[in-house]
Amino acid sequence: MSDTHKDATEKATGAAAEKSTEASVAPEASVAPEAAPSDGAREFLSVRDLRIHFDTDDGLVKSVDGVSFDLKAGETLGIVGESGSGKSVTSLGVMGLHTSDRARISGEIWLDGEELISADKQRVRELRGQKMAMIFQDPLSALHPYYTVGAQIVEAYRVHNKVDKKAAKKRAIEMLDRVGIPEPARRFSDYPHQFSGGMRQRAMIAMALVNNPQLLIADEPTTALDVTVQAQILDLIRDLQKEFGSAVVIITHDLGVVAEIADRLLVMYAGRCIERGASDKVFEQPQHPYTWGLLGSMPRIDREQTDRLVPVKGSPPSLINVPSGCAFHPRCPYADIPADNITRTERPELRSAGGDHFSACHMTREQREKIWIEEIAPKL
Amino acid sequence: MAAYIIRRVFAAVLLLLVVSAVTFAIFYLLPRAAGQTIDSMAAQYVGKSPDPTVIKAVIKNLGLDQPIYEQYWHFIKGLVAGADYKFGPDPAHCSAPCFGYSFKTHTAVWPQIEQRAPITFSLAIGAAVIWLVTGIATGILSALKRGSIWDRLAMGISLMGVSLPMFFTGLALLALFSFNWLQIWNVQYVPFTQNPGEWAWNLILPWVSLAFLYSALYARLTRAGMLETMSEDYIRTARAKGLVERRVVIKHGLRSALTPLITIFGMDFALLLGGAVITESVFSFQGLGAYAIQGVTGNDLPIVMGVTLLTAFFIVVCNLLVDLVYAAIDPRVRLS
Repeated sequence: MSDTHKDATEKATGAAAEKSTEASVAPEASVAPEAAPSDGAREFLSVRDLRIHFDTDDGLVKSVDGVSFDLKAGETLGIVGESGSGKSVTSLGVMGLHTSDRARISGEIWLDGEELISADKQRVRELRGQKMAMIFQDPLSALHPYYTVGAQIVEAYRVHNKVDKKAAKKRAIEMLDRVGIPEPARRFSDYPHQFSGGMRQRAMIAMALVNNPQLLIADEPTTALDVTVQAQILDLIRDLQKEFGSAVVIITHDLGVVAEIADRLLVMYAGRCIERGASDKVFEQPQHPYTWGLLGSMPRIDREQTDRLVPVKGSPPSLINVPSGCAFHPRCPYADIPADNITRTERPELRSAGGDHFSACHMTREQREKIWIEEIAPKL
Repeated sequence: MAAYIIRRVFAAVLLLLVVSAVTFAIFYLLPRAAGQTIDSMAAQYVGKSPDPTVIKAVIKNLGLDQPIYEQYWHFIKGLVAGADYKFGPDPAHCSAPCFGYSFKTHTAVWPQIEQRAPITFSLAIGAAVIWLVTGIATGILSALKRGSIWDRLAMGISLMGVSLPMFFTGLALLALFSFNWLQIWNVQYVPFTQNPGEWAWNLILPWVSLAFLYSALYARLTRAGMLETMSEDYIRTARAKGLVERRVVIKHGLRSALTPLITIFGMDFALLLGGAVITESVFSFQGLGAYAIQGVTGNDLPIVMGVTLLTAFFIVVCNLLVDLVYAAIDPRVRLS
């Protein structure tokens, strides 16, 4: 394992030296293209500088504070972070599901060449369920207890398709069959509480995919499920993605899920993206101390039994009073390495660590890579 | 579903038997336990300083000298098959359901109930329709526009409705619209069968004053239920499907928000059917409530017992209906 890391490090350092990004003091050259115009032709989903703030009695909660990412059709993006890091809020923002009048949303969300934040609400509603669909963490509470599973899928289909009930029912049974529910014609008229947890999540997926959406957002789709069922659901999502060629955003706090399924990775902390890149790159050589922390707290089958999991110490920051400078500095064991106390005063920008692998940390790339190779990687 | 209905109906019948036993015990057993003799008990049924022969007649009629199970049997038989009372000059037959015989007024209780029930029912049904419509509509609008001026106004008014006692609202309305200011109504009950228009017109003030009290409560309950439901995960799912908001609110929100109301409505309505005591006396309606008051003030125990039994019956029946409606709405109830 550590050999591959060394290789990757060498390659990466080489690339960096060419660009000489990290060493240079001028940040402009290395800052991620946050405000760059989106490349609507290639990217299916482009989020630019998304900010979602909530006006509460206690103050302004900056749940999402300047997040950008791109996703191509057929690709899977994993958004990772602790509770309260803003991952769910981001995804609900893309779906246009922040209905509270206390939500302040700015930035750009381009879906297949259409900007959603400035778009007419009616138009976003039309896209919802048709072009973009979402599945949720707890399928029992996400399905309406008073309606049969079949009726709920039929409803989802008929919102966007002018077909009679019979055709919609046929389609719903077809979808239930497709997601692996046995005896779909009979289960069609069952209520959600008559399904098992895994079957419920399958039904949710059937409902989300009934209109062949090109974007599927899965918000912690396996968290409420048994471990044995988790893998089945992930497999199902992956199979269906191949079949339908849709873009998938999967939100999770479980790096194991992401490692299995995601092409690209976005790590969020306190409402901001602190690291993003191709997931194999990020797993190979994570650049941010917070990502190291997440990796260290993940149980692995190849880990020595005597080793203990290392949790990220401290607790997630308040989103009303986000720590100054780097929001992670109060929990960061390396906060004192950068000079001039800069971690406490200046907010780090996203900088490239080679190609489209970005991270927001004040340490130089050499410092980070040294720590990774010497201190972190051997313990994982 | 059929099995569920049969089970519930069976349980309700059993409950009615228990209710009858408890009512019987209150009126026949409790006085004995408190140390009253048969004679002093019988004396209560006829008024002050009665003739010993009259007391004897009451004892014989009620079977107070019989063992307690005989008395209960007599009481149940009266309810089911009717009973004969030989009291005074003419023997009176109290046909089934015999709710007892008032020795003070020389009348059986049931015909009185039959005669008065339409008045109370008219009051209760009309008021219920008004309070359900206004209360629920206000509650929904308040919940959807939470924090708005409309919400504050509606909740302010409903706070008044909840706090103001019925006799105040009723008397205020009477003072404004009947006696002093605008003399529009001269409220008196007109049977529906006689003239439906007059019936409704005369009932407007009692309806409104009764409905004001309840609709305030229902508006608050609907608002709370709606706010809770609209934050449920399945509402988010409904929106994620791309449903229009109206459909999300009505089809996905309202149905869940209103189920708890059904239970409360069942109880409120049942109690009202047993007599809207204060409303009836404010508007001088001779309904069941007024009859109950007559029984209480005149210490006429058979009347009190009859109305008590009837109210208990309404509560059991309304609860049964609530259970059935619940099962129709929530599949988790009928299938578990």
